[in-house]
Amino acid sequence: MATGVSIENVSFGYGGALVLNDVSLSIEPGEYFCFLGPSGSGKTTLLRLLAGFGTPSKGRIVIGGKDVTYLPPWERNLGMVFQSYALWPHMTVAKNVAFGLERRKLPRTEIGRKVAAALERVGLSHLADRRPSQLSGGQQQRVALARTLVIEPSVLLLDEPLSNLDAKLRTEMRVELKRLQRELGITTIYVTHDQEEANAAAERIAVLDGGRIQQIGSPVDMYDHPATRFVAAFLGTANLVEGKIEGGRFLADGIVLDGINAPSGRACVSIRPQHIAVQASGTGLPGVVEEREFLGETTRYRIKAGGHRLIVDEPHRRDTEPREVGAMVGLAVDIKQISILRD
Amino acid sequence: MANTATIPSAPLSARLGASPAQIAAVALVALFLLAFLIVPIVRVIQIAFTGLDGGFSLVHFGDFFQTTLLRESFWNSIYTASMTVVVASIIAVPLATIISRFRFRGAALIHTLGVIPLVMPPFVGAVAMQLIYGRNGSVNLLLHDWFGFRIPFMEGLNGVIFVEAVHYFPFILLNLSAALSNIDSAMEESAQNLGASGFALFRKIVFPLALPGYVAGAALVFVKVFDDLATPLLLSVTNMLAPQAYLRITSVGIADPQGYVISVIMIACALATIGLSQLALRGRDFSTQQRGGGGLSRRKLGKSGTILATAFVIVTLLIVLSPHIGILLLSFGTVWSFAVLPDGYTLAHYATIAHEAGPYITNTLLYCGLAGFIDIVLASVIAYVVLRTRLKGRHLVEQMAMAAIAIPGLVLGIGLLRTYYDVHLPMTGEPLATFWGMLVIAYAVRRLPYALVSAKAALHQLHVHLEEAAESLGAGKFTTLTRIVVPLMTGGLLAGFVTSFATAAVELSATLILVTRPPDAPISYGIYVYMQAAAGRGPGAALGVLAVLVVAIATFLSYRFAERERDLKSREGVF
Repeated sequence: MATGVSIENVSFGYGGALVLNDVSLSIEPGEYFCFLGPSGSGKTTLLRLLAGFGTPSKGRIVIGGKDVTYLPPWERNLGMVFQSYALWPHMTVAKNVAFGLERRKLPRTEIGRKVAAALERVGLSHLADRRPSQLSGGQQQRVALARTLVIEPSVLLLDEPLSNLDAKLRTEMRVELKRLQRELGITTIYVTHDQEEANAAAERIAVLDGGRIQQIGSPVDMYDHPATRFVAAFLGTANLVEGKIEGGRFLADGIVLDGINAPSGRACVSIRPQHIAVQASGTGLPGVVEEREFLGETTRYRIKAGGHRLIVDEPHRRDTEPREVGAMVGLAVDIKQISILRD
Repeated sequence: MANTATIPSAPLSARLGASPAQIAAVALVALFLLAFLIVPIVRVIQIAFTGLDGGFSLVHFGDFFQTTLLRESFWNSIYTASMTVVVASIIAVPLATIISRFRFRGAALIHTLGVIPLVMPPFVGAVAMQLIYGRNGSVNLLLHDWFGFRIPFMEGLNGVIFVEAVHYFPFILLNLSAALSNIDSAMEESAQNLGASGFALFRKIVFPLALPGYVAGAALVFVKVFDDLATPLLLSVTNMLAPQAYLRITSVGIADPQGYVISVIMIACALATIGLSQLALRGRDFSTQQRGGGGLSRRKLGKSGTILATAFVIVTLLIVLSPHIGILLLSFGTVWSFAVLPDGYTLAHYATIAHEAGPYITNTLLYCGLAGFIDIVLASVIAYVVLRTRLKGRHLVEQMAMAAIAIPGLVLGIGLLRTYYDVHLPMTGEPLATFWGMLVIAYAVRRLPYALVSAKAALHQLHVHLEEAAESLGAGKFTTLTRIVVPLMTGGLLAGFVTSFATAAVELSATLILVTRPPDAPISYGIYVYMQAAAGRGPGAALGVLAVLVVAIATFLSYRFAERERDLKSREGVF
């Protein structure tokens, strides 16, 4: 029933500049998949190529086993929800939702029934005769969703769907999107720059940067095992330390880590702030506190150790005083939690 | 359609950047512009530079500058256009300052002042102003009676300058006050915060930020006056370039090279003015960098300031309204000569035009309606191709259409006449150039730049997502166009249509050249013909009042359409 998507070696550029560079990935039928990346990473362009707005300069796109690379958007039967919602201001809510069904030449009575059901599903039956301009942002979002789902698309494409909502609505819609996706079992591709949104919803994430895929995996997998500096720094906070590995030891300017199980040579390790413990001076790596911020659950320090400034989070316990700026401390790194990055 | 799905290579349309239908449409537009704008203008230029032996030569330009009358005409045109800018600035700059720098109760009045003259072309008011400000006009009669002197408002070039300035100062007023209201009060305040005040503040902050608006308005006034044919003709001033070109072509004949030389000089001057104003403003268009704005903080006017401002506004209002009042009096007056006001009042002139002027009115409705329709079709096609496709050469077509802005109506008329005089209509054998359809084409070509600007603005406001949403829901390009794009552009297109219609209705430069038979003539020609004879002034004025009403109603409608469109867009919510 659900449809798989396969992107094979796709490149795309505007006059010389490559927006997408040899992107390949495959999405399972029924999967909730997320393209995550900063602005300019190519994530929205990739989604638009799937929808048919633009043609890859190289590579092909296969949806449900069919090569759609050169198929115009109107023959793809994909549902795209736009960041701006793109509701037509000159049509009522019901007319907006009916549009796709009219193009499919369904009988009138069936269109009426389906439109009513779609609005029911997003809880907007009572607003069918309103104009989009009379709706709130959240309501417009739901209409856009209903208009897309009513045509029973093979894949649902969501372009930054929550970015125009306020914080409270955003959480609400996130849960609702997930519920709808589970109920319908529809393959869904979600584009966002917000790692929290991606982590909360997606089964798998593709992190994009500079038009290339950096890593594909589940949210937990990528947080625990980032493959590149970009992924390590983009998902959560990480200390990236450049150095070399020699006979099971990682050596950098003023930092030595023992018990590293990796081949010798130049390397970069990623250490999360919560995986460094602050101890009394004289134990572990010597360091000096340069700054501190009390954040509630934790105190975040910037500690100079050798030639590096490390971010260290210490869990806060009641009635303990954070360490003073200028204090000498010892740092203990949990070796089992660090990642060695390949690039 | 379905079988294209299986072809595994990029279709031709993807490589060309547009669909075959789009390419065909834009090709037709390009052909139209080529035939009715580019070829006629190239023809004019070519003739001006062709010597007696048929080769390239500057001999006609040599003749031009050796002929005293023509040399004098050239300097007169430059002088008149420059002085009009000066006089218009004297009216417009204080008004713009009052509304944007001070809290003034009559601000709405000033805004109205800025629109009134635009609904009446200068040539319509010219005769009325002669009666009010002429040597034996109302004002000078009163001055002479009371103080024993006269002011030569209307003597020779003064008359042209005065009439044109009163009609065209709104271009400076509108552009300048737009620029002033774009200046964020925070910019002024931050300068004050840093220690600037008074004249330093004006010189360093306000003046440079307002300059682009002023220069744009002033350049427009210069070009309009330089190109105007009808006003000098009606004031019997012939020693200017446009009247000389017209008289050469109509009296000496279509083969006289001096008509073409003058045309080339007029194009060159228009281009030079536009070019110079853009050069002066390069890197100075700050409008896009300023968000919001909201204008300078308005200060309170003191008592003497209020009196001074009020007096200035009232005097300006009286002067600005005088051609309108004059034309109204003239249309109802019996005899008006050597008198402050007409001797008596009558409806006879209106009866005369009701009886005689029917064809003028129906011709105007037909020609200008057709021209407006052609304009919005051409403008929509160009706007769509420019903004929504990646077709190579699309900007060239746009530039061709916009080029009409630098071509005086008179010159376009001469070019069309010369190019199509030898082309004969298949049925009647009449030269294409004198066929009434040529007038429609001339109007359409001249107004196309303005229609294009409104079509582009209308399409620009339409987020491309609205079209893509339709396509992704299964609508092809054509359905998307008819169901989404056209309905959402209607307001903007209607506004464009009405603007084209209204300005074409009172155009007289190309009209004078291209109309050969009175039955084919539009209302502007009718006004001109009536106004030339003293006995015809009454009916001419009545016809003028009618034309002003048509333009005023059309302008109002266009404003309403644009307004409604803005409402629709602004109620769209987040986007």
